[in-house]
Amino acid sequence: MTVDELLEHGFEAVSLPDGSREIDGVYIGDLLSWVMGRAQMDNAWITIMTNVNTIAVASLADTSCVILAEGVEMEHDLIETAQQKDVNILRSSKPIYETAVQLHELLA
Amino acid sequence: MSEPLIFHFDVDGENFASAGQASTQVKKNLRQLGVPAATIRRVSIAMYEGEINMVIHANGGTADVIVSEDYIEIILADKGPGIPNIEQAMQEGFSTATDQIRSLGFGAGMGLPNMKRYTDTMEIDTMVGVGTTITMYVYL
Repeated sequence: MTVDELLEHGFEAVSLPDGSREIDGVYIGDLLSWVMGRAQMDNAWITIMTNVNTIAVASLADTSCVILAEGVEMEHDLIETAQQKDVNILRSSKPIYETAVQLHELLA
Repeated sequence: MSEPLIFHFDVDGENFASAGQASTQVKKNLRQLGVPAATIRRVSIAMYEGEINMVIHANGGTADVIVSEDYIEIILADKGPGIPNIEQAMQEGFSTATDQIRSLGFGAGMGLPNMKRYTDTMEIDTMVGVGTTITMYVYL
C-alpha cells in the first residue's frame, strides 16, 4: 500500500512530497533515538512528537511517512521543512492505538 | 572513485533545531554518489546521533566524513566535558540529558548504542575536561 492510498481511509495529508512511496510495516514511538534504533526503512511511523527533530529523524531513518496521531497539529514552517526534505506526513484524528489497528488492517 | 572524498562540517552547539544539518547533507551527497539506501540510512543515523550528542553535551564540534571506495569513515570531534565512564555511557537507557532535552524527544540513552549498532566499527577517544573524538567506519 502506498502513502497516497491512506488518504482514502480517513488520513489527512499534512506534507505529501512523495505519496507514491510504499509502506512496509509500522513503528510507534516518541523517543527519537528509540525510533532511530528500532524503526525499519519504509515503516509508517506513528507519533505525537511534532518538533523539527521529528522531520530530521523521519528523513534520516528513511520511514515512508510520519503519521501524527490524536489529531496533533504541526507548525506551518515545519510543514514547509518537511516538504523540502521530502518527508511525507499524514494526520489521523484517532488515538494512537486505533490508528495502529487501522493500519494493521489496511496493510494485512 | 579513486581519490577519497572528504566532507567537513562545523556542528553548531547553540542551535538544537538545526542539529542534523550535517547528516542531512551527507545523506544527499551519498545519494548522489550512488551509495545503497540501506547504507546511507546507517551512516545518516549514526552521524545524526553524534551531532545531537555534540549539541546536547559538548557545545558543538566538527564532523568529517571520508568516502572511499571500500568504506565510509565518520569522525566526530568535540571539546566538551568528555565521557567519564564509557561502559556506562554505552548502556541502552543510560543518559545524563536534562528534562528539557527529554521533552524534545531525546535523552533516551540510545545515542551511543545506536551509533555502534549502525556502524561496523566505532572507537571512542575521550578525556574528561578535554573532549571526545568518535571514529566510525561503515564498509561498502
